[in-house]
Amino acid sequence: MPGNSVGIVQRQYFTFAEETPMRLDSGESLGPLTLAYETYGQLNADSSNAILICHALSGDSHVAGYYTPEDAAPGWWDECVGPGKAFDTNKYFVICSNVIGGCQGSTGPSSIYPATGKPYGLSFPVITIGDMVRAQRHLIDYLGIEKLLTVAGGSMGGMQVLEWAAHYPERLQSAIPIATTARHSPMLIAFGEVGRQAIYADPNWNQGDYYEGAHPDAGLAVARMVGHITYLSEDSMHQKFGRRLQTREHFGYDFETDFAIESYLRHNGQRFTERFDANSFLYVTKALDYFDLENGYHKLSQAFDNSANLPYLVLSFTSDWLYPAYHAKELVSALTAAGADVTYLNIESTWGHDAFLLEVETMTKLLGQFLSRIDRHFH
Amino acid sequence: MMRSLRPDLQAVANLIQPNEKVLDLGCGDGALLQYLQTEKAVTTRGVELHEAGVLACMQRGLSVRQGNLHEGLNDYPDKAFDAVILSHTLPYINNPAGTLREMLRVGRRAIVSFPNLGYWRYRLELLILGRMPIPPELPNPWEDGPRPRAMTLYDFEFLCTREGIPIQQIIHLYHGRRIEPKWGQNLRASAVIFELR
Repeated sequence: MPGNSVGIVQRQYFTFAEETPMRLDSGESLGPLTLAYETYGQLNADSSNAILICHALSGDSHVAGYYTPEDAAPGWWDECVGPGKAFDTNKYFVICSNVIGGCQGSTGPSSIYPATGKPYGLSFPVITIGDMVRAQRHLIDYLGIEKLLTVAGGSMGGMQVLEWAAHYPERLQSAIPIATTARHSPMLIAFGEVGRQAIYADPNWNQGDYYEGAHPDAGLAVARMVGHITYLSEDSMHQKFGRRLQTREHFGYDFETDFAIESYLRHNGQRFTERFDANSFLYVTKALDYFDLENGYHKLSQAFDNSANLPYLVLSFTSDWLYPAYHAKELVSALTAAGADVTYLNIESTWGHDAFLLEVETMTKLLGQFLSRIDRHFH
Repeated sequence: MMRSLRPDLQAVANLIQPNEKVLDLGCGDGALLQYLQTEKAVTTRGVELHEAGVLACMQRGLSVRQGNLHEGLNDYPDKAFDAVILSHTLPYINNPAGTLREMLRVGRRAIVSFPNLGYWRYRLELLILGRMPIPPELPNPWEDGPRPRAMTLYDFEFLCTREGIPIQQIIHLYHGRRIEPKWGQNLRASAVIFELR
């Protein structure tokens, strides 16, 4: 374990909405609800150093550190969360929870439905990014935090950040949406639908009722492969794989794996099925597709009318074609028009959408500087 | 510890009152904005095209947005700022009249500085050496990078008059220091600052 790691961490659980179920954007209600969460660092005496990190589609509450000394890899954003890192756990109390609808400890379609004693499956109500954030707010209440120093996240995490800013600005000091958008574009919905269709087409899916038998792993793996392509860039694929053959010297002229990129995607798809639930994939991608902060307003800036006094740090990456810079610029324009204090940078990178996890050096500088400005202003 | 500002930036800073709200278009490394923020409690916003500039501004704890002037200006509501600054960036702009009007929409006043190619040494350089003068504020030679347009104090004054943009005052600089020439301003000032409103 490296010295600048948060070390051994433990997943915790918070259950709420036991008496009164939580209202969902769809009009349905859900309860009781459990959130799996982790915290790193120490909450200070006046609870003013708390940072909430929101995870992306395939992420979970395990942002940093290791569950056991034998773990092969640390949490998904370990390079940015820890002592002396961008989210410095010597200074800040960092929280991350698994989204509702997910499958890493929070209530989702694979959880047991108390009424039947069986997994929810498709009887789980459709949830939105707004619902995910509403549940997180219950957790923040429970942890006794009046105001978060910031809420930060990339991709779907960034959408949760924007949802927090738009709906609970009084609970924030600042917001850091990264590699994200204020409204899911038709192209993004299209990719979501391809992934879902791959799962529906798997005979094991069985209308979501598969928990007692074989899981729709083949469908979920294809869904992951499609998704994974969108996280890379042509440039990064050239660099990482090129047209290299995986194990063969020459083309096989058959349908076994020839190219390194094929092998990588297959491996990645297969690995994903070991840790992710196909129904959760359906629910979470659906939540992404419904995300549109402009909905209900004449223009996007009105969504931020109540959060115009917040400082924002908006980041995008030059090679990200999934959430391209013009999405971020549209967001920056709306925030500016609302009167908010926005810092924005389109970071030069070849890594595509994944850059938000990989451009650690630049991110560490930017996040550190932004946070110390907010911190100075707040204290 | 506040380092002293470059003299020409100091001359711009002197036109800003304490507690004002200021937008700097093409704010570079943010030296001027940091000075205004710490010394005059000014609320600052910066717009900068280059990543290095944005990073430098962030290091100074400034609010800065990456983008071009067009992106930087259009989003702001009317009179969102007391002053909008355009320091040594005007020569690179394609539509200066439109930009000036937009600056005066967003700000109550506009502060524009640029090197004056009418300065006698620049005229002499071209006359004697037969080569285009390179003012220190625009150091790139003609073949390198975006090409600034050369103009003089009179050229800019003419543009403002033609476009009906009211000139509040003109500050004449001689290598960054303020001078108050009684005659031959266009010959004697190596750079100028226009305050428009």
